[in-house]
Amino acid sequence: MNAPNQSGWKPAMIASKDGMHNGPATTTGNRALMLEEPLLFEIGRADVTGVDLPAVDAAGPTRLAGLTRPEPIGLVGLTEPETVRHYTRLSRQNYGIDLGFFPLGSCTMKHNPRLNEKVARLPGFADVHPLAPQSTVQGALEVISQLGEWLCRLTGMPAVAMSPKAGAHGELCGILAIRAAHEARGDAREVVLVPESAHGTNPATAAFANYRVEDIPATPEGRVDVAALKARLGPDVAAVMITNPNTCGLFEKDFREIADAVHAAGGYVYCDGANFNAIVGKVRPGDLGVDAMHINLHKTFSTPHGGGGPGSGPVVLSEALAPFAPLPFVRKQADGTFYLVEEEHREERGPSFGRMTAFHGQMGMFTRALTYMLSHGADGLKQVAEDAVLNANYILRSMEDILHAPFAASGPCMHEALFGDKDFTGGLSTLDVAKGLIDEGYHPMTVYFPLVVHGAMLVEPTETESKAAIDQFITAFRAVVERALAGDEALKQAPYYAPRRRLDETAAARKPRLAFEG
Amino acid sequence: MRIPAKAGASGWLALYLNEVPAFAGTRNGNLKMRYLPLTDTDRTAMLAKIGAASVDDLFVDVPAVARLDGPISDLPMHASEMAVERHMQKLAAKNMVAGEVPFFLGAGAYRHHVPASVDAIIQRGEFLTAYTPYQPEIAQGTLQMLFEFQTQVARLYGCVVANASMYDGSTACWEAVAMATRVTRRSRAVLSGALHPHYAGVVRTMAKFTGDTIADALPAIQPEPDLEGLIARIDDDTACVVVQYPDILGRISDLAPVAEAAHARGALLVVVNTEPVALGACKSPGEMGADIVVGEGQSLGVGLQFGGPYLGLFAVRDPKHVRQMPGRLCGETQDAEGKRGFVLTLSTREQHIRREKATSNICTNSGLCALAFSVHMTLLGEAGLRQLAAENHRLACLAADRLARVPGVRVLNSAFFNEFTLILEGKPAREIVRDLADRSVLGGVSLGRLYGGIAALEHALLVAVTETTTEEDIERLACELEEAIK
Repeated sequence: MNAPNQSGWKPAMIASKDGMHNGPATTTGNRALMLEEPLLFEIGRADVTGVDLPAVDAAGPTRLAGLTRPEPIGLVGLTEPETVRHYTRLSRQNYGIDLGFFPLGSCTMKHNPRLNEKVARLPGFADVHPLAPQSTVQGALEVISQLGEWLCRLTGMPAVAMSPKAGAHGELCGILAIRAAHEARGDAREVVLVPESAHGTNPATAAFANYRVEDIPATPEGRVDVAALKARLGPDVAAVMITNPNTCGLFEKDFREIADAVHAAGGYVYCDGANFNAIVGKVRPGDLGVDAMHINLHKTFSTPHGGGGPGSGPVVLSEALAPFAPLPFVRKQADGTFYLVEEEHREERGPSFGRMTAFHGQMGMFTRALTYMLSHGADGLKQVAEDAVLNANYILRSMEDILHAPFAASGPCMHEALFGDKDFTGGLSTLDVAKGLIDEGYHPMTVYFPLVVHGAMLVEPTETESKAAIDQFITAFRAVVERALAGDEALKQAPYYAPRRRLDETAAARKPRLAFEG
Repeated sequence: MRIPAKAGASGWLALYLNEVPAFAGTRNGNLKMRYLPLTDTDRTAMLAKIGAASVDDLFVDVPAVARLDGPISDLPMHASEMAVERHMQKLAAKNMVAGEVPFFLGAGAYRHHVPASVDAIIQRGEFLTAYTPYQPEIAQGTLQMLFEFQTQVARLYGCVVANASMYDGSTACWEAVAMATRVTRRSRAVLSGALHPHYAGVVRTMAKFTGDTIADALPAIQPEPDLEGLIARIDDDTACVVVQYPDILGRISDLAPVAEAAHARGALLVVVNTEPVALGACKSPGEMGADIVVGEGQSLGVGLQFGGPYLGLFAVRDPKHVRQMPGRLCGETQDAEGKRGFVLTLSTREQHIRREKATSNICTNSGLCALAFSVHMTLLGEAGLRQLAAENHRLACLAADRLARVPGVRVLNSAFFNEFTLILEGKPAREIVRDLADRSVLGGVSLGRLYGGIAALEHALLVAVTETTTEEDIERLACELEEAIK
């Protein structure tokens, strides 16, 4: 096992008696590079601005129908140097992939190549209006078309809807296409089956589209209970939503059998593609009988998560669902030019269920994802899946001797390893382990999800970590887990070294303060 | 298993499937990918630890029918950074860049000058490569920013609470309708005819599936919006009235009478704004009695980007509606040592807790776009935003006056902020826009493009003017328009 820290630092270098290395209090509350930062509204002023604009006589003639805004808006400004400093200081209170290992299960926190950022900022992509005449945006339409081609070929599916804005929006797209397909043949079905291990967005999406959601149980080995699912199929079941690889980190080996049964019962198969990174370039969902699957470009195809978005969730569709795809979509004409099929193309739009967003989707994410695909190629993407799965299995097998791994006996995991808190003592929980990992310099894994495992810890290393980085993580993870197994009280107060100690979420919800007052 | 060149392409689907263009990827078997740190030695050692003979043993659960025996054959192989950049540059070069020609497009996406520091800040890895702030102790940067962003949006809109952002204005608009149906327990939404047709389209699409009733209309081509006609459509089943301000034709009018009429019937007023800069000059929707204010925030910090990613803004005027809001909310709290800090809160509304009973299925928001918006707004401040708005309005007035002098051109609006509608004699506006593009002028958005096939609208052209528009640009548009219209 590698040394826990390769910089030369050793645990014995902690000087303070309590081992917490707090040192004397500082006057400012700052700790060297860790600088406290007030709220913008505490340091900005209404009359300060960081931009140079021509002085316009605001009291001059207007054509605003008298609807002026004489009262203060309540906004404040900073000069440019103050602005840069404010946000730079805030940024340093954040953990990102650029800083370290970020094994957040089901979120695929892989390295975000900087070429993608450079390409997305080319003026020919960044400074183009969505409603510009189509003859002037042929390159943009071609990007959408090319990316769609890649997605179809990588998934083995015949069609793709590019406009959904994020994974959950893509789920909605797929479910709406399913509802439209049923309705088109006068088949009013009411139920969508969702395994209990599913992402919360699955049932929320189905409910949003007015379906009744019914849970399907998992087997003890962490997969969909095929017998229970088959028993529930019938003329009222519109679709089954299955995540594959699933949220327990396992491949649903009976997926094809499930799909055939669903199809035989007149339903459709929605596959949540959040975990596509495990199989990209290696397995094509189209070969498994999928009718619709969203692809999170911000997971598998490395577009940055940006602290919570923007995402992008194109949806690949089977031949049965493709005619119902949302507007607009890009088509290529015989002369090689591209155009958008929109509302006005009454014949070509066919039975499309309509528009789900203004404009044409997350173009800025498309350019990044296409850049990523071109960089990797078919061979590189296959290697992505293999390395992601290898890394996850390595972690699983390096932890299972001390940490409860409920499905370790179910065979290899896919891109993520799932653990539970069964053997912790002294009232210690998964949350304490997560906070302990923060002190060790890691972003914690996904915790308390999936719900089928008590105190779940879902570790997804991705393929962009070196073996040395993974070994160091394993050393740290084992150390924290051993403290939890031993009932180490001190872990309950972690983190000690983060910009904040544990935050009171209960108080935040009881008396919500959602904006600055004053 | 090898893949057929065109999987299952039937007649209709064949239109989707084109060919992946030839791309000069490397086609040798010697894969050394710059983004993959594992070496073959590492892989061997790790497989030994796992107890697997080969990596394919890890995919043993994949049924044989779905196993591929090598890289997918009809895609290019990996390529160097330089080769990829070259390919993408060629695609970018096929687009007409807004900043290189006289440019007057708006209709829900506006070109503003974004200060250089905005992009520098959003490219800091700590913001760019962070996730949703699930671990607040190491996500205070994102969380404090969101708290500031929520405050900025709420104040701009004249509301009390804004959320941490939605996908874009159009989806925020639908979420507002959905929220209004929850609050009022009614299921009918009345849409103004002057709501952006894409926004109305999104609402119609979603309502088809939720079973809500949407009463919509086409815009009436007249100098002022038909608010009386709108009010007449409100009934006792109405959950909300949705009005755009400034509207799709650029018109602005006092919405207080609509608010009164809606409230008298127990309905909510939803106001949609697609140009936040307007609120640096114009009365806020909240001040006019809007209950929910939603909009597109793209104007500040985000850029045009061919339509996305954009930034959905969502705010409410009455704190009692907060628990019916969709999306993430950031709230203030304290840590165990009493220090102020921020967390995501009220998550019992959300899908990861409530599953099928959530207020929305939204998970991801537009975090990085919210940061860009917030940084731009911080640089502007109140004084800068007001100046920016005044400059937009001044130039728009100048442009309207100049274009009104072009023979065959009439300005429709009696009032506007930075976008107005021209009525063109003779040829449809869509043809004229294409003609102008051939003359390297991006002259506006025709209603024919937005409402294809509706003859009554086809002579209307939307023209947007911002601080990036020069007086030379306006003169050039006027001259080329005069030629094109002949």
